Amino acid sequence: MLRWLIGGGREPQGLAEKSPLQTIGEEQTQNPYTELLVLKAHHDIVRFLVQLDEYRFASAGDDGIVVVWNAQTGEKLLELNGHTQKITALITFPSLEACEEKNQLILTTSADRTVILWDCDTGRQVRKVSCFQSTIKCLIVLQRLDVWLSGGNDLCVWNQKLDLLCKTGHLSDTGISALIEIPKNCVVAAVGKELIIFRLVAPTEESLEWDILEIKRLLDHQDNILSLVNVNDVSFVTGSHVGEMIIWDILDWTVQACECSFWDPSPQLDTQQEIKLCQKPDDISIHHFTWDEENVFAAVGRGLYVYNLHMKRVIACQKSAHDSNVLHIAKLPNRQLISCSEDGSVRIWELREKQQLAAEPVPTGFFNMWGFGRVNKQASQPVKKQQENSPPCSLELIGDLIGHSSSVEMLLYFEDHGLVTCSADHLIILWKNGERESGLRSLKLFQKLEENGGLYLAV
Amino acid sequence: MISAPDVVAFTKEEEYEKEPYNEPALPEEYSVPLFPFASQGANPWSKLSGAKFSRDFILISEFSEQVGPQPLLTIPNDIKVFGTFDLNYFSLRIMSVDYQASFVGHPPGSAYPKLNFVEDSKVVLGDSKEGAFAYVHHLTLYDLEARGFVRPFCMAYISADQHKIMQQFQELSAEFSKASECLKTGNRKAFAGELEKKLKDLDYTRTVLHTETEIQKKANDKGFYSSQAIEKANELASVEKSIIEHQDLLKQIRSYPHRKLKGSPLCSGETEHTQDQASQAATTSNPDESADTDLYTCRPAYTPKLIKAKSTKCFDKKLKTLEELCDTEYFTQTLAQLSHIEHMFRGDLCYLLTSQIDRALLKQQHITNFLFEDFVEVDDRVAEKQESAPPRPVPGRPPSRSLEECPIPQVLVSVGSYKSSVESVPIKMEQELGDEEYREAEVTESSSFDPQENLDYLDMDMKGSISSGESIEVLGTEKSTAVLPKSDSQASLTVPLSPQVVRSKAVSHRTISEDSIEVLSTCPSEALIPDDFKASCPSAINEEESYADDSEGAIHFQASVSPPELGEAEEGSLETPPSQIDSSCCIGKESDSLRVPLSPPAHTPSEQDGVVSIPPQRYRQKDQGFRVDFAVENASPSRDNSPEGFPADELDPNRLLASRDVSKTSLDNYSDTTSNMSSVASTSSDRTPSSAHPTGPSSERHKKRAGQNALKFIRQYPFAHPAIYSLLSGRTLVVLGEDEAVVRKLVTALSIFVPSHSHFAKPVKHWVSSPLHITDFQKWKLIGLQRVAPPAGAGALHTLGRYSRYTSVLDLDSKALRCPLYRGALVPRLADHRTQIKRGSTYYLHVQSTLTQLCSKAFLYAFCHHLHLPAHDKETREVVAGRQASFLKLNLGLVNEDVKVVQYLAELLKLHYTQEAPGTSQPTLRFDYVPSFLYKI
Repeated sequence: MLRWLIGGGREPQGLAEKSPLQTIGEEQTQNPYTELLVLKAHHDIVRFLVQLDEYRFASAGDDGIVVVWNAQTGEKLLELNGHTQKITALITFPSLEACEEKNQLILTTSADRTVILWDCDTGRQVRKVSCFQSTIKCLIVLQRLDVWLSGGNDLCVWNQKLDLLCKTGHLSDTGISALIEIPKNCVVAAVGKELIIFRLVAPTEESLEWDILEIKRLLDHQDNILSLVNVNDVSFVTGSHVGEMIIWDILDWTVQACECSFWDPSPQLDTQQEIKLCQKPDDISIHHFTWDEENVFAAVGRGLYVYNLHMKRVIACQKSAHDSNVLHIAKLPNRQLISCSEDGSVRIWELREKQQLAAEPVPTGFFNMWGFGRVNKQASQPVKKQQENSPPCSLELIGDLIGHSSSVEMLLYFEDHGLVTCSADHLIILWKNGERESGLRSLKLFQKLEENGGLYLAV
Repeated sequence: MISAPDVVAFTKEEEYEKEPYNEPALPEEYSVPLFPFASQGANPWSKLSGAKFSRDFILISEFSEQVGPQPLLTIPNDIKVFGTFDLNYFSLRIMSVDYQASFVGHPPGSAYPKLNFVEDSKVVLGDSKEGAFAYVHHLTLYDLEARGFVRPFCMAYISADQHKIMQQFQELSAEFSKASECLKTGNRKAFAGELEKKLKDLDYTRTVLHTETEIQKKANDKGFYSSQAIEKANELASVEKSIIEHQDLLKQIRSYPHRKLKGSPLCSGETEHTQDQASQAATTSNPDESADTDLYTCRPAYTPKLIKAKSTKCFDKKLKTLEELCDTEYFTQTLAQLSHIEHMFRGDLCYLLTSQIDRALLKQQHITNFLFEDFVEVDDRVAEKQESAPPRPVPGRPPSRSLEECPIPQVLVSVGSYKSSVESVPIKMEQELGDEEYREAEVTESSSFDPQENLDYLDMDMKGSISSGESIEVLGTEKSTAVLPKSDSQASLTVPLSPQVVRSKAVSHRTISEDSIEVLSTCPSEALIPDDFKASCPSAINEEESYADDSEGAIHFQASVSPPELGEAEEGSLETPPSQIDSSCCIGKESDSLRVPLSPPAHTPSEQDGVVSIPPQRYRQKDQGFRVDFAVENASPSRDNSPEGFPADELDPNRLLASRDVSKTSLDNYSDTTSNMSSVASTSSDRTPSSAHPTGPSSERHKKRAGQNALKFIRQYPFAHPAIYSLLSGRTLVVLGEDEAVVRKLVTALSIFVPSHSHFAKPVKHWVSSPLHITDFQKWKLIGLQRVAPPAGAGALHTLGRYSRYTSVLDLDSKALRCPLYRGALVPRLADHRTQIKRGSTYYLHVQSTLTQLCSKAFLYAFCHHLHLPAHDKETREVVAGRQASFLKLNLGLVNEDVKVVQYLAELLKLHYTQEAPGTSQPTLRFDYVPSFLYKI
């Protein structure tokens, strides 16, 4: 009856069933998160987290409410009620220049086809727009032009006061799934398989009207585009449902590089610099990108890939980083990466240079046959792959965070306060560095002691 | 080798007595004072000086104007308690030391009868012949039908242990004051109601008389009045005067609460406190005391009666019972308070002192005590204490004092501190008007008093009241000892207490009085009176004309109260002598069934007539009283019939515990007996709301059980140590089992090891059957989980597996434990399976002491500044961490996992200390990435 209990102390429960998943034991010396705080306010799946300032963040989800939290104490600061259906997008909104108070504003949109501008300091509903034909799926603020755009079945341009400036015609029934800003007053919208580039025309002497013009359609993707991000000043990246990752030039909208099939287990370079890595079609949708100066990190199916922009190749991969699809990843300092997945787990990875001896690529699933949590030992594993194709780096699992009982939708990293995760189990968990928290508490204690006049210098 | 007498000492006291005490005598100055009753043989817990009662009790007596001092009721209302003790005799004793009652309602200087708002007096007296010592609390209640409108009562706490009375004086005084305040509040309410009725009667009578006079006037218009008419006119005048007088009285009694409020905020606070209590405890809805005037509104249902002009002196009138004198609710409340007092001071003095010291020390550890202490009870009592004794600037038992008190208990508070507190309290004023003059008058008066004079005054009073040279000895009065030099102690006491203070106090007084009442100490009013003044006028300082002879101050003050009325009154009083007592006598005349023999009117105790020679009478109004009768009915047969030499010790398990069997002095026994008794008490006095003081026994018993089961757990399971380590280090322990009772029992037992997050409750969940969630581990540190058969219970087991990082799991059914390794030294000390401790309560205490030690380590660790913060800017975190580690290891002597326990406790301390409002912010779930191991039997 109690097999897990008798089975021995070390192994976590998930290991009872055989899986190629890399695991780590209970000893996680590099995992700094030794405190957690469960935040409860939502009644449904929590899908979005957005940072407001150094110590606050907002969460939103399918229950239609937006909650503002203190990331340090876990205190619930505000609850914003206004939407009647699930929230579909949430962005921070730069304060109006004209406005006296510099309150933090956020813009939310929901399946009830409204957009609401909130004041996050007072909880006040500043403005509300409800003249939409379709559900807005993405929002973007163009700060240079003092406008914001909403993407649904069409693309609308609004000013700071929430007046509609102009809009495109009906684009598609599925609607715009992602929007980014690129130079020259242009935006890129992902609509199904297509990328559409629009240019915004600001009012000039001749015409006082705003206008938005479709410039170009890019048709290189074979399937729906799921993710679209700016990675630097010269390029943006798109990822599709079938595992194509294309790096575009940001100015002339040409393909710089394309990794269009991750499913081939033996990576090989071709003229197009394509790398095929993934095994199963259902495993290769690219859900999320994150990036730093030199690398783009992609969440591909259950795995994680690191693509180096200079070398134009995948330098490290972890094909089955989780039991289930990776939904969100975030880059940490110190070459660390955090991923969260539908399986409810959050994992911390570190990008390490491979040692010369261990230059061979090793199927990741292989580790597990050699004991749990001994990831460092792969250097001695048998060599199977060709030298020249092997990635020069590896992603090492340095810790996992177990707390959520359902899929972890998103995570947010605070430099000073730790990590926030939100999940389909209606919870938000604040993960904290226990050592640092202890130090902070001591600091607070001695401050209070000093206030009370209870602090004496030892002789 | 154990010699025979050692054994005999516990079986027969007499034989032990014969054993000669032949050690070479030490010089006087080196000798430690012997146990006071060593001469009478016996161990320290033997029956002291042959008291005839088995344990302490509370006696309420009245100085009845008809029959003299008489006992009214005892608490507990049980014949076994006071046994053959002569309550009548003792009532006589205790009532005779009440010198305040000598102030009558009609002072010479004033025209109207004035109410004396008399402060209670508090006296300690001893009767060595009876072997009884008592704290006596005198109070007066108002009764319109009584002489001078007052009825003197007293409540006495009677104990065979003189030390107990002396050392618990402050506490007794505070508690009895509450009871008295409650009684008096109710009495004022009742008195006002009575006055209103009387006024209506008088008004009606006046109307009737007026009509008659008019008729007579009309009947003979010859220009002169018949004698009959004149008589009627006189009668009418007297009625009108009576009306004015009663109105004045009503005004006085109604003004009381306001005067109090104005006079001192402390008092009002106190009143409010008692009233709060009253309203809490009363089962029926209690009128809100804050609207005090509402209490005195008239009852519309009353129909006025005609009052006869000529009243007969009626001694056959029925005096009101105590319950009638007060409002029933207040009376019930008072009884509850008294039985609370009885409960509170039950048991041996050393037990009381120990628990007081214990509480004081716990209070001192206000930063750490939330972790492991069962604090609800202590907090309550502490709060109560603080509230009850507000006038003292220093708390009643400053911790340092109580520590000093440990080896040689001292008597009362030190006089010095008491005096200082008295001085620091401003003199209570009734009116703003004339404040200055009043104070001046008082000051001059008090300064003019010579201490010696005071004593004489007091002494005379004593002599007056006590007719026979009995074995009662005045041992001391509070203020006079403060004045007297301490050196004049030549004579030795019959009861040599260790500290010199007592000796000097006692002796100085006894030599002066040469009477045989032992008035050990008096403290007439509640520390509001200047020292000197107290002695001369112990009864009523801040009230109006209680000291009629010192008329200057009083009259001055009186004038300032109500000048117009005063003038009016003086005119009236010149014309006719007061007769209101007579007229009031007749109202309650219906009580003819009294079989109480007529007695000459009992004047004040100070009048040296034969009050004392009148034998105390039994109170016989069966139809009236409820508890009163019960008490006395019980009392009388015991006095008459029961054989002498009642083996008192055998009767009372509590006392048995205290006296004979030292090994039984364990908490668990104690708790059981007390709880038994309290249940008996509550059944016997069903009017007393027993819910008023719910703490005590149940928690004691709970501790005992928990200790016992914890002990069992430690003996039964070899892996108890890692389990306890899990609890101490904040890792949630899940107790898994099928049988709810078994799981609950173990969870309760183990909860003694769980550190609390705040004062409110331990983070323990006794029984859950639903799958656990991450929030449960954040909230609970010890969980009892139901094991459900696999298909249904798979979910629960799965979550347990998933969250295994946060939990240790104890499987009761397969006797297995899964938790991290423990290699420290702390838990083996805490939970040694080979321990010699047999009793649950003893083990509980052992755990408490070990944990307290641990708390102090955690405190040191958490509150050492340089351990947590860098000493200067350049220090890195690593250096600080290294310092922490070495402190924990070297200074606190912690090894391996013990460090984590202290660190966890320190985190809790930090959190608790920095929280603005405790309990508001939720605790974080702290955990470590450490492997778990499986233990199996």
